[in-house]
Amino acid sequence: MGLALALVLIVGATVIFHLVSPWWQTPIASNWAEMDAALGLTMIITAVAFIVINLFIAYMLVRFRHRDGVRASPEHGNKKLEWWLVAATTVGVAALLAPGLSVYAKLIAAPDQAQLVEVLGQQWQWHFRLAGKDGKMGRSDVRFVSAGNPYGLNPDDPDGQDDVLVEGQELHLPLNRPVKVLLRSQDVLHDFYVPQFRTRMNMVPGMMTTFWLTPTVAGRFEVLCAQLCGVGHPNMRGYVVVEDEASYQKWLAAQPTLAAPAARPAGGAGQAAMADAADPGRQGRLLAQARGCAACHSVDGSAGVGPSWKGLYGRTEPMSDGSTVKVDEAYLRESIVTPQARVVKGYPPVMPTPTPPFSEADLAALVAYIKTLHGGGAP
Amino acid sequence: MGYGSAQVDEHGHGPQSFWTKYVWSQDHKVIAVQYSITAIAVGLVALVLSDLMRLQLGFPGKFAFIDANRYYQFMTMHGMIMVIYLLTALFLGGFGNYLIPLMLGARDMVFPFLNMLSYWCYLLAVLILISSFFVPGGPTGAGWTLYPPQAILPGTPGMDWGIIVMLVSLVVFIIAATMGGLNYVTTVLQARTRGMTLMRMPLTVWGIFVATILALLAFPALFVSGVMMLLDKCLGTSFFMPAVVSMGQHLGHQGGSPLLFQHLFWFFGHPEVYIVALPAFGIISDLISVHARKCIFGYRMMVWAIIIIGGLSFVVWAHHMYISGMHPYFGFFFATTTLIIAVPTALKVYNWTLTLWRGDIHLTVPMLFAIGFISTFLIGGLTGLFLGNVSVDIPLSNTYFVVAHFHMVMGVSPVLAVFGGIYHWYPKVAGRMFHEGMARLHFWVTFLGAYLIFFPMHYLGILGMPRRYYAYDNYAFIPSSAQELNAYITVVAIIVGLFQLLFIFNLAWSRFHGKVADGNPWRAASLEWTTPDTPPGHGNWGATLPVVYRGAYSYGIQDGDSDYIPQNVGPEQIEEGAAQPAHHPAEGRTI
Repeated sequence: MGLALALVLIVGATVIFHLVSPWWQTPIASNWAEMDAALGLTMIITAVAFIVINLFIAYMLVRFRHRDGVRASPEHGNKKLEWWLVAATTVGVAALLAPGLSVYAKLIAAPDQAQLVEVLGQQWQWHFRLAGKDGKMGRSDVRFVSAGNPYGLNPDDPDGQDDVLVEGQELHLPLNRPVKVLLRSQDVLHDFYVPQFRTRMNMVPGMMTTFWLTPTVAGRFEVLCAQLCGVGHPNMRGYVVVEDEASYQKWLAAQPTLAAPAARPAGGAGQAAMADAADPGRQGRLLAQARGCAACHSVDGSAGVGPSWKGLYGRTEPMSDGSTVKVDEAYLRESIVTPQARVVKGYPPVMPTPTPPFSEADLAALVAYIKTLHGGGAP
Repeated sequence: MGYGSAQVDEHGHGPQSFWTKYVWSQDHKVIAVQYSITAIAVGLVALVLSDLMRLQLGFPGKFAFIDANRYYQFMTMHGMIMVIYLLTALFLGGFGNYLIPLMLGARDMVFPFLNMLSYWCYLLAVLILISSFFVPGGPTGAGWTLYPPQAILPGTPGMDWGIIVMLVSLVVFIIAATMGGLNYVTTVLQARTRGMTLMRMPLTVWGIFVATILALLAFPALFVSGVMMLLDKCLGTSFFMPAVVSMGQHLGHQGGSPLLFQHLFWFFGHPEVYIVALPAFGIISDLISVHARKCIFGYRMMVWAIIIIGGLSFVVWAHHMYISGMHPYFGFFFATTTLIIAVPTALKVYNWTLTLWRGDIHLTVPMLFAIGFISTFLIGGLTGLFLGNVSVDIPLSNTYFVVAHFHMVMGVSPVLAVFGGIYHWYPKVAGRMFHEGMARLHFWVTFLGAYLIFFPMHYLGILGMPRRYYAYDNYAFIPSSAQELNAYITVVAIIVGLFQLLFIFNLAWSRFHGKVADGNPWRAASLEWTTPDTPPGHGNWGATLPVVYRGAYSYGIQDGDSDYIPQNVGPEQIEEGAAQPAHHPAEGRTI
């Protein structure tokens, strides 16, 4: 009896939970509403099966509970009933599979006119590349990867000279234009995941993978890595900004290309300089977020892959070789430029050499930022 | 029927010293207990690891010793231990070893020495695995799927030693499983007693038998992928390693394929799900039939469903890889095969419920667990329809929906089958009854706890929360209520974890203080309950082997004193009205 009641309560509680749950799909921002429809249909069909079978069991637990002197029926099967159940299940399964496969057929057929965007994964940051005015992506190969060439672009390929190499961890996309995303990785598996886009794909070193979508809602969306890629996995963050054509073109024009790398917008730099006067760590903080430093180094003292930056400056740290070092500007600079030189004891020597290397100005901004992170109450 | 321990029969089941009886034992029953105790012990380690993970997820940063490295190490070891070293070992090495000879009327496994060797290799594999906690850098944190290139590159904890130790342990485990598996299959095919046709075997044996065949065919894929990854790691070969730049360093690898590993891994990994599920299916079929006092509904279909599921389980593996970057056309094929496998699986659920129909349902402890199994397996199986259907899977893959799904379908439900099975056969194994009150409390906390923990997780997954995240700092699309939910889940998980100690205490305490058990306390019809001694002696059957006259499900008998007929009772005994041994009263049993 107790178990029958428990099953009824479970069914009731799950239905109520479903109805009041504040946790549900993020608002969709791409053309894949059909994927949501397939999921909704699956939810309905499976919920019916869940409710009916649980309640049926609960009913039988009461109806056929043991009573003294009553014996079970001698029946041992019913072939006809079994075949009817098999047939009904097959119909239900087909009803799920058909819409699922028809959406899938569209998912894997990117339109020819789709804009090409390349996303390159690296532990634990993203790089974005767009085809230049010629509409062609330059060829790339892992053997060309270096500190100055994270994409591994073939420097001699004329198609690559006008490729747009997006600065930072933020990609812009134009609204309502199909995009075919080309995915590569230079080290381990990653997965370019924007929950609001629904579709996504793993990034696999040694090969290129793709998916496509049409962004349908303007906004700034978070990019997550959704395939375990090491200890920095949860903080491999980026953003996709979907905006109207005019804003997009403006952003595009400000991005550097392979042939013209250092095209930083003058206006932006001026504004940044003004803001820096009021907030000395601002430039460094933006850099730390853009270059993926924050994946491993917290600024609130919490444990991470690398030492927290909170209160780091001025502290005396034990090194893995047994020596101790007072963290000063020289040590910070050394640790950013050549991370493996002297590693704090207790941390794995896993920090990548920054690619591309920080400019002198960036390095100074980053060190200045770390200096601003006082330890609060810590000694 | 007396079978004195001093007697020696022609099979060499003679007197034994302490060492040959309990340590270097070749008795399938002792080996089964050795397997079970080892599996449960290492399972406790995995349970603690899961609660440590939950502490970090529920209260991020509050427990400083759980840093990101340790979190991934706990996660990896928890998954690997639960799937391989607990569930696989317990179902095949534990239940398989104990039940196959007893249910088939055999004196022992056909290769007793090999059987002993299988256990000691398994123990060695467990010890190697545990040793990885003590090697420099600790155990691997690559996730239980051990995907390369990440598993053997910097940035992943345990990439120096832990991964090597893990792969060596798996290789040793597979050697153990192969020795055991060949033995079980041969025993089922060769050592059945007179009258025990294949179509009279209890479904428990059918489930274990087919699962063992799956294991023999699937584990070699894991074996070769383990060996290849060891070569990639230790000798610098490039089976799974393409040219990569790792932490700024160009490595010497070239031409290998990370996808090749995934195909090999899941060619093993998906049948592995059924290696765990099929024995559970079998056990549940038997528990329901015995405790509802009714013949299992559609025995022939149940057998064929096990065989068909076993066969299909080899052609569905790439549904784990819809977003891996494999050829997209694979999606059509594997989504179709995956949804087809739902049909025989659903039939099993229908037939369990129809067995209850017009039954005489005794809600004993094993029956509670059996019903709990059906309910949790049902929800786990239904969410499989989301993840098997390629375009529905894509937004859900690698989210908490996946975590909730596989924990329900191959975590909670097989574990409930394990508990139900242990409580059911404990009187035969220990010769004493377990403590009823403790067992019921254990059921209620575990069953309701499983729903409280895993049901809300589905919704975090639908929201899009990715799994395998050490922390979820400042993600705008995740509302702060998700963190509150995670804290609540952690509290429940720790309570449920603690209550598993009650189960172990109950087994240990009852071994010495439990009520002495009748030889057949559940009035079951299958052969293992008809042994002359309880617990059965070495050689199981005394001087003569039993003869089988019928299937294992003759319940619901309408006339006579008893509502069931044991398998070894012949037609002439029934006519004489002596269907029941005198000490097995049909009525007068509580509950």
